[in-house]
Amino acid sequence: MASETDTTAGIEDGVRRRDFINIAAVSFAGVGAAAVVLPLVNQMNPSADVLAQSTTEIDISAIQPGQAIKTSWRKQPVFVRNLVPAEIAAAKKVPLSDLRDPQTIDERTKPGKENWLITLGVCTHLGCVPLGAAEGENRGDFGGYFCPCHGSHYDTAARIRKGPAPKNLVVPPYEFNSDTVVTIG
Amino acid sequence: MSFPWAKNYEPQQPLMKWLDEKLPLPRLVYNAIGAGYPVPRNLNYFWNFGVLAGVALVIQIVTGIVLAMHYAANAGVAFNSVEHIMRDVNAGWFIRYAHMNGASMFFIVVYLHIFRGLYYGSYKAPREMVWLLGVVIFLLMMATAFMGYVLPWGQMSFWGAQVITGFFSAIPAVGDPIRVWLLGGFAPDNAALNRFFSLHYLLPFVIAGVIILHIWALHIPGSSNPTGIEVKDEQDTVPFHPYYTAKDGFGVGVFLLLFVTLTFFSPNLLGHADNYIAANPLSTPAHIVPEWYFWPFYAILRAFTFNFLWIDAKLWGVLAMFAAIALLFFLPWLDSSPVKSSNYRPLNRIFFWVLVADVFILGWCGKSPAEQPYVLLSQLGAAYYFAHFLIILPIISRIERPLPMPNSITEAVLAKHADAPSAATA
Amino acid sequence: MVRPLGFLVGLGFIAALVFAILTTPLTNEPNASHEFHKHPKHLKLASDGLMPHWDKAQLQRGLQVYKEVCSACHSLHLVAFRDIGDLGYTEGQVKTFAKGFQVPSVNPDTGEPATRDGLPSDYFPGPYANEVAARAANNNALPPDLSLITKAREGGKDYVYSLLTGFQNPPANLPKELRPGTGLHFNPYFANLNLAMAPPLTKGQVTFADGSPNTVEAMAKDVSAFLVWTAEPKLVKRVQVGWAALIFLLIFTGLTYMSYRNIWADKKH
Repeated sequence: MASETDTTAGIEDGVRRRDFINIAAVSFAGVGAAAVVLPLVNQMNPSADVLAQSTTEIDISAIQPGQAIKTSWRKQPVFVRNLVPAEIAAAKKVPLSDLRDPQTIDERTKPGKENWLITLGVCTHLGCVPLGAAEGENRGDFGGYFCPCHGSHYDTAARIRKGPAPKNLVVPPYEFNSDTVVTIG
Repeated sequence: MSFPWAKNYEPQQPLMKWLDEKLPLPRLVYNAIGAGYPVPRNLNYFWNFGVLAGVALVIQIVTGIVLAMHYAANAGVAFNSVEHIMRDVNAGWFIRYAHMNGASMFFIVVYLHIFRGLYYGSYKAPREMVWLLGVVIFLLMMATAFMGYVLPWGQMSFWGAQVITGFFSAIPAVGDPIRVWLLGGFAPDNAALNRFFSLHYLLPFVIAGVIILHIWALHIPGSSNPTGIEVKDEQDTVPFHPYYTAKDGFGVGVFLLLFVTLTFFSPNLLGHADNYIAANPLSTPAHIVPEWYFWPFYAILRAFTFNFLWIDAKLWGVLAMFAAIALLFFLPWLDSSPVKSSNYRPLNRIFFWVLVADVFILGWCGKSPAEQPYVLLSQLGAAYYFAHFLIILPIISRIERPLPMPNSITEAVLAKHADAPSAATA
Repeated sequence: MVRPLGFLVGLGFIAALVFAILTTPLTNEPNASHEFHKHPKHLKLASDGLMPHWDKAQLQRGLQVYKEVCSACHSLHLVAFRDIGDLGYTEGQVKTFAKGFQVPSVNPDTGEPATRDGLPSDYFPGPYANEVAARAANNNALPPDLSLITKAREGGKDYVYSLLTGFQNPPANLPKELRPGTGLHFNPYFANLNLAMAPPLTKGQVTFADGSPNTVEAMAKDVSAFLVWTAEPKLVKRVQVGWAALIFLLIFTGLTYMSYRNIWADKKH
C-alpha cells in the first residue's frame, strides 16, 4: 500500500536528518576548536613591540678602512666592515665556480659603496657569532671571518669557503641615509 | 566497579586491539566517559556542571600555560608584563581576558555543582568519598585563584596578598613567624610573588589529579540522580555515550555563550578598578574587596567584631572562615537522613533555600564596606550558616517525615510522563 | 561523635556572633563628605556600547590635548609612539611625532646620561625623572600615570570627564573641615572633594587644526575619549571578535540542542 512505503521513506529521512545534525554539531565543535587554536599558536609570534624594533640606525663615520664594528639589529649581531682595496680585489679574484654559495662582492654591497660590507654576525651553520670583527681576532684561512664553534671560514666578502656552513653570511636589507648613516631593516 | 549490564569495550580494528593489549587507555576512557558507563536516565540539567567544571579547568590550564610564556614574575615588571600581554602580544588581550573571566566561570560552575550536591544529597553514603574529594578540590581552587589574583601585581593583588597572609598572623604565638615564612619577607614582595607564581602553575595539575580520584570514587557506586534512589536494573540507566555526551555538548554550548559574553563584551565586570593601578605598598585602596567568589567567606571573616572568651575577634573571624569550609568535610555525618533527594524532604528543602538566600546575603555583605547594615546582616548571616549545618541539619534529619518515594528510577520517570501525556508521546 | 561536637562548635560561633551583634553600634559614623560627593556625569563616546568604533578625529584631538596640557605633569608610560598609528596617522607622521620628543639615552662617547630624538618604538617619556621629583614639583601630590586611568577608576571615562569639568567654588553650606586647604581645589566628583590638581583646562587653551570647538567641555570630552583608547587600544577589535564568536556559538548551541533532543528522542527521562 502507498501509505506503508510513505512511512518507511519517512523513517529513513528521519534517520538521515538525525545523522546530519549530529555530524553538523561535531563539525562545528571542530571548527570552533580550530578557531581557538589559531590565536593560541599565533601568540608565540613576535609581539608588536618586538616588530617595532625592526629598524636600526648606525653611524659609520668612525670606522676606519680595515676596521669593523659589531652592532645589533633585531637582537642579532651585525658586522659593519670598511674593506681596504686589497680585500675587495681578493674577493673579486675568486672564480664563482669555487664558491659553495656563488655571489659576487658587488651583489653583496651597494653600488658606489663597495668598501662597506654589512652582514649579520650569525654563522649560517648553527648560529654562533664568527670571530674577526674585533681587532686581533682570528679571521680564518681566507681573511674574513672565522666561526670557532665548528670551524667555518668566510672570505673577505664574508662568503663561506671552508667548513660546515652552507651559506654566505647574510646581508640584511639596509640603505645609506647619507654617507655616514645606514638604516638596517 | 560498574553495573553488570555495562557494555564491554570491544575493539574492532587490529591497531585498537593491539593497543588494548599493550595499554588499555581507550578502554579506560570507554568505561569512564564512554558507552561503557551506565548512568541513571533521569539526570536533570544540574548534572551538567561536573563536566563543565572539567571544561573550565582545561580552559584555565591552556590559557594559563600560554600566559606564562609572556608573564614575568618580578615585582618590578609584573604589572607591565601583563599590560604587555594586553597591548602587544598577538591575541594577548583575548587570552588574558579569557583566563581572568575563566576563573569566574569555573567558580560559577563549581558553586552550582556544590549546591546541586547539597540539594540532592549527593554527599551521602555511598558517595561520601566523592564529596570529600570535592571539598579538597574546592580548597585547592580557592588557593589557586587567590595566588593567581596576586600575579598582575595591581593594588588589589598586593593588598589581597597582605590581608590573606594576615589571616595566619591570627594564630597565637606562631602566627607572625608563619606569615613571614609564607611571604619570604615582612610584606608581599618579589619572594612572595615568585612563590605564588610557582604554586599557581603547579596547583591546577594537582586539582586535575584530585579530579581523577573524584571521578574514580564516583564510578564505584555510579552517579546519583534527582530521585536519590539507587539504580536497580538496566532500564534505570542509559550509556553515558551518546546520551550524556550529547547533553553535555549542549551544556558546553550554553556555558561558552555566557563565557564569551563576559570575556568579549564586559571583561572587567567582575574585576576591580584598583587592580589597574600598579601595586603601591605605601597606599591602601579605600575599599578592599576580594574577588566575588570569596565574598561570602569574607563576610563571615568580618562578622566577628568582639573578643569572646579568651579568643580575640581577629582569631574568631579566621577560625570561623576556615570552619565554614571545613564543616563541609563532616556534612555526610551531620545529615543522618536516609533520604537523599530534597524532592522528598519537605523540611530540608525549605532550609536549603534559606541557606541559598543566606549565602547570597553574605556575598552581598562581603562586597559592601564594613558599615551598617552590612555588619549586622553578615553577623546574622554567619550565625545562620553555622546553625544550618551544625544544628538545624542534624535535627531535621531526625524529625523530618519524608514524602512517599517511587520504587525505582524508571517508575519515577514513567510516573512523570503519565502526568504529562503530551510529553510522553513527543 | 560528629554531631554532638558539631553542635557545640556551632553554638560557640553563634554565641560569639550574638555578643558581636550586641556590642556593635547599629549606626554608622556620620560622614559629611557623602552628601557633597557627586556621581560622575555620563559621557557618550563612539567607543561605547555593542557597536563601538573609534572616532579617530576625536582621538587625535585628545592626543593633542594630552600633549599640550596633561603631559606637563602626567606620564603615559604604557603607550608607545608607534601605537598612535591606530589614530589614523601615517608612518611618516608617527616618525615626525616621535622625533618631537626627547627620550632618555646614553652618550655613546662618554657614557653620561643624555637624550636623543624619539623613535616610533619608544614610549611616551614622563615629565619627571622619578616619583620623588614628581612629588617635589607638585606639593607632595603624585600625578598618576594616565595610560590606564579610565580602567583604574570607578566610573571610568565618565569619572575622568566629570573631574575635568567639575571644578567649581565650594557650596556655601560646605562644613569648614571639608573646605579646600591651601594648594587644594574643590571638585565634587573627587572622593575627598578636594584635590591637588588645579583646573587643568581653560577655554581656548588648545587650537585644533580642524577648527573643532575648544571649550573646556569639548577638550575634556576629547581627552577622555583618547584615554579610553590608551587604556584599552584593543576595545573595538575585542567587541568585533566577540560578535563573531557569539554568532558562531549560537549556531553551535542550537545544533547541540537538536542533536541532544534527537539522541534522546526514544528515551523517556
